[in-house]
Amino acid sequence: MTTTAPVAVKSRALDRALTGGLGGLLGGGFTGFVLRRVLGAVVTLFVLSAVIYAVFYVAPGDVAQITCGPRCSPAQVQQVSEQLKLDDPIYVRYLDFLRGVLVGQDYSTGTGVLHCDAPCLGLSYRTDQQVTELILNKVPVTGSLAIGAMVLWLILGVGTGVLSAWRRGRLTERVLTAVTLAGTATPVFVIGLLLMILVCGRLQWLPFPQYVPFTDDPQQWAWNLLLPWVSLALIEAAKYARLTRSSMLETLAEDHVRTFRAYGIRERSIVGRHALRGALAPVVALSANDFGSMFGGALLTETLFGLPGLGRELVQAVRVVDLPVVVGMVLVTGFFVVLANAVADVLYAVADRRVVLS
Amino acid sequence: MSLVRVEDLSVGFGAVRAVDSVSFTLAPGAALGLVGESGSGKSTVAAALLGLHRDTGARVTGSVRVGGVDVAAAGDDELRRLRGGVAAMVFQDPLSALDPYFAVGDQIAEVYRAHSGASRRAARARAVDVLGRVGIPDAARRARSRPHEFSGGMRQRALIAMALACEPDLLIADEPTTALDVTVQAQILDLLHALREETGMGLLLVTHDVGVAAESVDDVLVMRDGRVVERGGVAQVLGAPRDAYTRELLSAVPRVDGVRGGPSGSGDVEGAVGDVVVEAEGLRRVFGRGRRAFAAVDGVSLTVRAGETLGVVGESGSGKTTLGRMLVGLLEPTSGKLRHGGAEKSGKGVVPGVQMVFQDPVSSLNPRRSVGESIADPLRARGDRDEDAIRARVRDLMARVGLDPAHYGRYPHEFSGGQRQRVGIARALAANPRLIVCDEPVSALDVTTQAQVTALLAELQRELGLALVFVAHDLAVVRQVSDRVAVMRNGRIVEQGTVDEVYGSPQDPYTRQLLAAVPALDPAVAAERRAARAAGAHAVREDGGAAGKELAAA
Repeated sequence: MTTTAPVAVKSRALDRALTGGLGGLLGGGFTGFVLRRVLGAVVTLFVLSAVIYAVFYVAPGDVAQITCGPRCSPAQVQQVSEQLKLDDPIYVRYLDFLRGVLVGQDYSTGTGVLHCDAPCLGLSYRTDQQVTELILNKVPVTGSLAIGAMVLWLILGVGTGVLSAWRRGRLTERVLTAVTLAGTATPVFVIGLLLMILVCGRLQWLPFPQYVPFTDDPQQWAWNLLLPWVSLALIEAAKYARLTRSSMLETLAEDHVRTFRAYGIRERSIVGRHALRGALAPVVALSANDFGSMFGGALLTETLFGLPGLGRELVQAVRVVDLPVVVGMVLVTGFFVVLANAVADVLYAVADRRVVLS
Repeated sequence: MSLVRVEDLSVGFGAVRAVDSVSFTLAPGAALGLVGESGSGKSTVAAALLGLHRDTGARVTGSVRVGGVDVAAAGDDELRRLRGGVAAMVFQDPLSALDPYFAVGDQIAEVYRAHSGASRRAARARAVDVLGRVGIPDAARRARSRPHEFSGGMRQRALIAMALACEPDLLIADEPTTALDVTVQAQILDLLHALREETGMGLLLVTHDVGVAAESVDDVLVMRDGRVVERGGVAQVLGAPRDAYTRELLSAVPRVDGVRGGPSGSGDVEGAVGDVVVEAEGLRRVFGRGRRAFAAVDGVSLTVRAGETLGVVGESGSGKTTLGRMLVGLLEPTSGKLRHGGAEKSGKGVVPGVQMVFQDPVSSLNPRRSVGESIADPLRARGDRDEDAIRARVRDLMARVGLDPAHYGRYPHEFSGGQRQRVGIARALAANPRLIVCDEPVSALDVTTQAQVTALLAELQRELGLALVFVAHDLAVVRQVSDRVAVMRNGRIVEQGTVDEVYGSPQDPYTRQLLAAVPALDPAVAAERRAARAAGAHAVREDGGAAGKELAAA
């Protein structure tokens, strides 16, 4: 058995390469699984970019007129239209865009040539700023907000969920359920505003939030983001608490939990080690989605706390039909959603090898 | 002092009294069987020995002492020491009884650590040691596998290894072999027997299968509706039962070696066997593509005539269900010919005149529709529109299968398992089929109900001249209902012939192995067979080898 095994493996790899097509080439096993997942993510992003392009093409409104401003003459509008290549057919513009993303692009500025490096998402119609640069400036802000908020809501939500599953039917559970539901039912601008008035205004425990980059001063970064994190986490936590609770109750009713009870394993260890691990799978999946969509959807929080993030930028860009910025933003949001989901899938597979097999 | 002393134990869930004044004792090293049908309270008794009803809302009265510990009065710590340390439990479904996220060895090590306080390293070594003792080949490596990488038999071995880890005085086995194939079942029962001889453990075996009890225990309690109806030595209870229910239970058990005394007696059908209803030639069905391609059915030829029953018997993975589905038209054969009543099957879809009865009467009926509506489905599907005629026909059918026609509007959950299977049969009969394929129609039912359902099928066949294909894993049931039998293994029919030929003088070695693995009802015969199997002694390795193949395929 041991002597023949390598031969068998080799011939199987060969067989796979010959007959298995692309999926076969990427291989079975864990590496193959990860590769397939990444390939799927890239394809998703391409489809996403094409769809966004198409949507904005059919959207009403004269882009050149809006970009140029209300007092432009028809000639000036025509000039803008030519400069932005708005008269080209949509597929030409889309291919241009793709070329920019893959190899970069040169733009004439009238006086010279502006080179836009490889993942080039074009230039803003409004400010001629490179979209890639513009977004990269905003990503750390929204990223800081999303990461901190997610850590908090996971701690709050999963903790509450585990406690209420464990103490099902008792007072603890009812109180926790009521508190988290209240959190969910309150809009972020109410919670956030109340927190700001109380913590920053009345008690003066914290300064009014103002974004400080992590690289400048980690402590100030955290202090300033604490309120936005807490407000977002309070809102999201209830969802996670409920999900964790029901998922825990499901795993606690499973046969293998009964096995460990019948073998005298402590309840704490059963809940914390065996039930929680099984119950976390849907939680991981949901937080991957929520984390990703924070990049496009944390707009209310960003506006309320005056954080110069992606959400605010996106709203502005949509208002003036700044197509390259909008496409870039949506792609970046999509990128984070897809990335977070891919990470979640791989985590799944690490936790539960059966995922790889199916 | 006795190892287990149960006095006047009663357990109630809500208004239901699951266990009613049960008393028994078990001496150290002795083996006791709790035998009964579903709902008899046998598993509830077993759970009470470990105090598993604590904090579940169940009302437990009476006294239970295990290894000197009063289970009701014991503190949480004392109870934890009892569970696994003094008495260890082996559960029914070995797949769900292990945590899918952890390696098998780690789960055993965790249990061992909880009781011994040993170091991680020592606990791991202990896990490998006990896995080796239950016959897992290459235990050091396999200890790192997750449960899904084990075959069913190996998983059950792993659970037994977990039970052995803390060297308990008592092993409580709750239906330990119910989910297993008959050959694997024989291996597990042999293993339990050998371990008991080696360690001197006591055994409390909970089972619905009288044959399993006959193989494994000294004394037996027969339970019904929460009460003990009969107790005594296993040979005496099974050989000369005194209680009426025990006699009924025993007479309902289909026998693989006995006379064909089944209620059917369908061998001498009036009007004898008629025209060919279905004919298969070189039937093949492949699942998956390329490297993963796998022939579930691989060249099967058979003929079924009107008025006869063909039994298709085989273990899990033998392809018997796939074959059954192809005969009905639920699956398209990859290659081969299928002729119904002389006409070759063309095109896709279910063949008219062919119906199916499924294994699980719970999930094969829509819970949100009344049983009458479910039975009417095939009538409506073929285009009947006259509501009055449909209702009249459904009432007829219900009466025909022994259901009360007044229950037309009731829902599946209002019926017992046996009654639900009758609904399934009525539905199959609705469109006047010539052939009914029954896929494990009675394996989810208790033996007494089983006997009633097989009798009904035989009776219907006699009256209507139906052809039946009876797919099952249970050799005894197949013998009881069939005229001819086909034994399947790995997608092929290894042996085919009349029931008396195949069971009386099996030609294929696999058929002989299957028959030898069926538990005997007579403890003396069981011991003899066990000795014969031990002499063969290759059974253990075979299970390990099969699991190794599964692993390589994955």
